[in-house]
Amino acid sequence: MQQDFLISQLQEGNEKAFERIYQLYSKSIFGVIFTILRDEALAEEILQDVFLKVWEKAPLYEPSKGRFFTWILNIARNASIDHLRSRTYKDQKKNVEDETFVDAIESRENFEGSAEAHGLEKYIKLLEPLCKNIIDMLFFKGYTQKESAKVLDIPLGTLKTRNRMCIKKLRASLK
Amino acid sequence: MMENIEEYLESGILELYVYGALPEAQQEEVTRLIKKHPELRQEVEQIEDALRELSRAAAPFDPQVLPLSLKKKIGHKPEKKTSKYRHYTALAGWAASILLLIGIFALYDANRELNERLTTLELEQAELESQIVEARENAEKTEQLLQVLRARDIEKVPLEGQEFAPAAYATAYWNKARNQTFIDAQELPAPPQGMVYQVWSLELDPLTPRSIGLLEDFEENNSRIFVVENSYDSEAFGITLEPAGGSEFPTLEKLMVLGKVSAT
Repeated sequence: MQQDFLISQLQEGNEKAFERIYQLYSKSIFGVIFTILRDEALAEEILQDVFLKVWEKAPLYEPSKGRFFTWILNIARNASIDHLRSRTYKDQKKNVEDETFVDAIESRENFEGSAEAHGLEKYIKLLEPLCKNIIDMLFFKGYTQKESAKVLDIPLGTLKTRNRMCIKKLRASLK
Repeated sequence: MMENIEEYLESGILELYVYGALPEAQQEEVTRLIKKHPELRQEVEQIEDALRELSRAAAPFDPQVLPLSLKKKIGHKPEKKTSKYRHYTALAGWAASILLLIGIFALYDANRELNERLTTLELEQAELESQIVEARENAEKTEQLLQVLRARDIEKVPLEGQEFAPAAYATAYWNKARNQTFIDAQELPAPPQGMVYQVWSLELDPLTPRSIGLLEDFEENNSRIFVVENSYDSEAFGITLEPAGGSEFPTLEKLMVLGKVSAT
């Protein structure tokens, strides 16, 4: 649920609102950053940078351009990808660009068996490779639909309907 | 407009909207529509919730508490606490909460059971819907194929099984005008792991094989119909079994099928 009041409070510089926003969004944003960078300590650092930006840039968020979550998501993806391309990262890290969010989820030691994981675990196990790639590119990595269609070599229309199917199954598995 | 809303829900645009994958103008258009139609808004919220749940699962741990360093950076102001509260009201409040908790636990079990049943049904529904999408895609392909086969200038070339695979059979449909060849591979067995079928156009004098394509993702292609580009003056077509990725020259010991184009 998008909390319009909370967001307008944040935009006015209310620290309590910021703390609440952090509580609401930090874990999922952390998940996105970790999926891109695959380094826990580094992801934590970027997470802080991202939320500092959320605090500073909040007045620039325009609801007409999309969801607040999407706005934070964009900041997080950009910050992570910038870092991925930076020299310091390239010099010391293995190549993680081929790894998907599924690898990130499965790398968590405590994932299997935890209560929240029950539906998701099943979903991920049954997820077709195409869904895996579509969600990874469009949601986690922030590719545009055209870029994704090109890389995956499927028509734009198919990408859209396929992606909807993939998300539908996700929603069903979470209920 | 009601009909359009339904269409809009199913189009897949709303998912892209939450991803932020649409061009800016389209993002704004979706925002406008969401304001007008509560059904769209509800759908978007559900998509967002599911995605947040999914990405939460990828987090190495829950970073619940705002880190002190971040708190300092945003400049923390101490706020006043209201410490006046009346004893009895507070006690009554606690008692009510405990009763409520007991009630909630009883409901929780019943609710969980219902939810589990619902989940199974919804998974089944999603499965069926994805089958419909697939069926629709298959129907489109079949339609395309029919059009191709009905075209006047198409040439049908039966490809007979060879020594390596006597039972194999395939058909090439060659549309010279469009430089396209369709391969119907219904009667070819699935290739072994790590191998792929490669299609060759052959000129006979002197014998010149030219690769015109691979039959990739063989098992996923239910219709077993493949399209390859062919701009050569083919006199025959052949299909060989090659290592994944294909070969530069055909492995003739593994020639599956072969057929000559009838002289014109």
